[in-house]
Amino acid sequence: MEILKSETHYNFVKLMKPTVFLSLAVIIIGIASLIWHGGPNYGIDFSGGTLIQIKFKNATHTDKIRSAFQSAGFEGSIIQDYGPLEVMVRTPETGKNAASLTTDVEKAAQTAFGAGNYEIRRIEMVGPKVGKDLTRKAILAIIFSWIGILVYVGIRFEFRYALGGIIALVHDVLITITFLSLFDKEFDLNIVAALLTIIGYSINDTIVIFDRIRENARKNIRQSLDDIINASVNQTLSRTILTSFTVFIVLLVLFFFGGQVIHDFTFALIVGTVSGVYSTVFIASPIVLLFEKIRPSGLKRKK
Amino acid sequence: MLKSIRIRAAIVILLCLAALVYLAPSLSTTLPESWKKYLPMDKIHLGLDLQGGMHLVLEVDAAKAVESTLARSINDLKENMMEKRIRFKLTTNAAGGNAAFEFPDAPARDAFDSLLAKQYPDLEVASSGTVEGKGIATVKIKDKRALEIKKMAVEQSLETIRNRVDQFGVTEPEIIPQGADRIIVQLPGIKDTARAKSLIGRTALLEFKLVDEENSLDEALKGNIPEGDVIASESRLDRTSGRRNEIPLLLKNRTLMSGDALESAKVQIGDRFGEPHVSIKFNSQGATEFERITGENVKKRLAIVLDGVVHSAPVIQEKISGGEAQITGSFTMEEASDLAIVLRAGALPAPVTILEERTVGPSLGQDSIDKGTWASVIAGILILLFMIAYYKATGLVADVALAMNMLLLLGVMVAFKATLTLPGIAGIVLTIGMAVDANVLINERIKEELRTGKTPRAAIEAGYQKAFLTIFDSNVTTLVAALFLFGFGTGPVKGFAVTLTIGILVSMFTAVFVTRIIFDYFVWNRKIEKISI
Repeated sequence: MEILKSETHYNFVKLMKPTVFLSLAVIIIGIASLIWHGGPNYGIDFSGGTLIQIKFKNATHTDKIRSAFQSAGFEGSIIQDYGPLEVMVRTPETGKNAASLTTDVEKAAQTAFGAGNYEIRRIEMVGPKVGKDLTRKAILAIIFSWIGILVYVGIRFEFRYALGGIIALVHDVLITITFLSLFDKEFDLNIVAALLTIIGYSINDTIVIFDRIRENARKNIRQSLDDIINASVNQTLSRTILTSFTVFIVLLVLFFFGGQVIHDFTFALIVGTVSGVYSTVFIASPIVLLFEKIRPSGLKRKK
Repeated sequence: MLKSIRIRAAIVILLCLAALVYLAPSLSTTLPESWKKYLPMDKIHLGLDLQGGMHLVLEVDAAKAVESTLARSINDLKENMMEKRIRFKLTTNAAGGNAAFEFPDAPARDAFDSLLAKQYPDLEVASSGTVEGKGIATVKIKDKRALEIKKMAVEQSLETIRNRVDQFGVTEPEIIPQGADRIIVQLPGIKDTARAKSLIGRTALLEFKLVDEENSLDEALKGNIPEGDVIASESRLDRTSGRRNEIPLLLKNRTLMSGDALESAKVQIGDRFGEPHVSIKFNSQGATEFERITGENVKKRLAIVLDGVVHSAPVIQEKISGGEAQITGSFTMEEASDLAIVLRAGALPAPVTILEERTVGPSLGQDSIDKGTWASVIAGILILLFMIAYYKATGLVADVALAMNMLLLLGVMVAFKATLTLPGIAGIVLTIGMAVDANVLINERIKEELRTGKTPRAAIEAGYQKAFLTIFDSNVTTLVAALFLFGFGTGPVKGFAVTLTIGILVSMFTAVFVTRIIFDYFVWNRKIEKISI
């Protein structure tokens, strides 16, 4: 079985200008969407607050749930459906006494719904101090992994490759954030884990093509970098499609069968991996090309 | 060549067997006795999101520990100065880490300074001045010493909480420090979360104080609290209504004894009403002290105060020797046993506050496992089928590598006691993706080489050689990222980084090393014309 003819000769380099503009457009839409939504929709991990997940035996009206928790002091709670007969109640503030949180929730639920008619599946409380700390650590984790990649690729390849790779990663993260914002998904620690996965996957993909470019560049010293990039992307195309396809299958299965808890996580991954493949071809390579035009490294290649 | 294949195959088989041995306890509950004796019994360590339980982040209010150390020193200093007839007035008593003294004249101030320098190495004058002709001096704990006290407070809190949790009986609790003043407590599978929280968070400072019966409580309640007294409330359970009543009491502020001198505490059932109470036993030094105190205060009421709440205030009938006492207070059995635990484990040197709490019910955890496992199995089967459909026999080789990949990954996780979390499951699934990628890279390279007209054997040789560098670079880059995530990540990010790191290492091994053995075996010494790829 072969998806593609064994040898393709698509001119990817020619497509690079419009695709860079396309990416920029999507990112601008993302920034606009973030401004429109008043910043990212932070989950309690980052903003602090409480989250209560309850499963009911019988259908229970949202108003009843709201009033039950309102009387227990959970003002301004947001109630979301979370699967059949299951809701998530979120309040932006931790307010209240953290020590008695569990008891308060239990008490409120028991008076309102009666014992045995519900099951509290999850209670989470994150204080504002911890929220800030978690945000800082999440950002540090992402930035340091970028720096780590930059250094490694810089050593193994050349600096311009490292730069191209990193910009592609930043691109993927921005595109994912754009889609998360457009679909009004919540940003929590799981999403950070997803962004990190995307970074890992995308760099993996980028390195494969860079590796081919490096190899071809050594082989044909006289060829222009445009042609080398084109040839390299074409040669690795069937691999790119195959691998992305299998990863995509996995993600779709996780999305549909993995359960509510990782639903948003897999959503982010799907967007990110698609963007990862795209950016490898259309973002990382043009940047290498751009640097070649600014400062040709012909001498280096003649080694 | 055959010899090398045999050695390599032996390595792989040994590794797989080792992984199976590590996984067996997680897969089967009926292992033979001899297994339990000699082989590892660890199961896959599940994160709280998968098995349910409670995760707490506590903050130790270490400044309070400094404050109370200061308060004690100031008390001592006060008594010392009174003995030495130095005239002074204490204007601020250790609030906010500072105590302020006022001196009527210079000689008093000088005497104070020399006393402080001679006998109180931990204290220093933070600021001094004169207001309306009177000398003023603020005293605080020296910065270096304060840091030590804070550090000690966190370490001691950690130890105390660990003791309490151990005695509470939670399997596999995790109590670890985080940063300068935080403690993470993880209690898997716990059901009564409210009880666990009160047990962990309680300061459990036990004090014995005298009830002030000379001054009027009513006057004190109006706001005229006599010097050296304090109002506390006694909590009494009304048997008929089952409600707790708070009764105010006027106590002498001086602590005669504290819980430091305890040797043991246990629950006992009273003979008369069958009520549980906690009986405590002092160590020898404490017993002597207790005997002296009770001897000096016969016919007076001695209040037993826990965290500022009076539990009982019996009248001392006679001098008590032997160092035993009882705390009654109409407890339920649970309350009494929790009290005994906290008394045995000791008081927290500083109060703790709960900064973060995450409780996952057992049913949600089970749901997540079920769904996660199902999704992984479905995804796995789809990939296996797809690889065979696309690469035929070679796809089968890749499938063997994939299956081995899963086996080794889980085995290594058990061996290293790594925690499997929900994002971790996603990490595993992604590892499968990476492993597939490695095989795809190799196979595509072999195809390319075949197209140039090479023999199968030469094509395989060249394919592996060329693909290896790519696989190495792409995996190591991801590994670098994963290691940083592990260093900086918290919670789900960390769980993900662990599985990803192990997954990458294992997949590099299976995709490159294992598949090569199979290829080598089939092309060795045979004149195959074609590879099914």
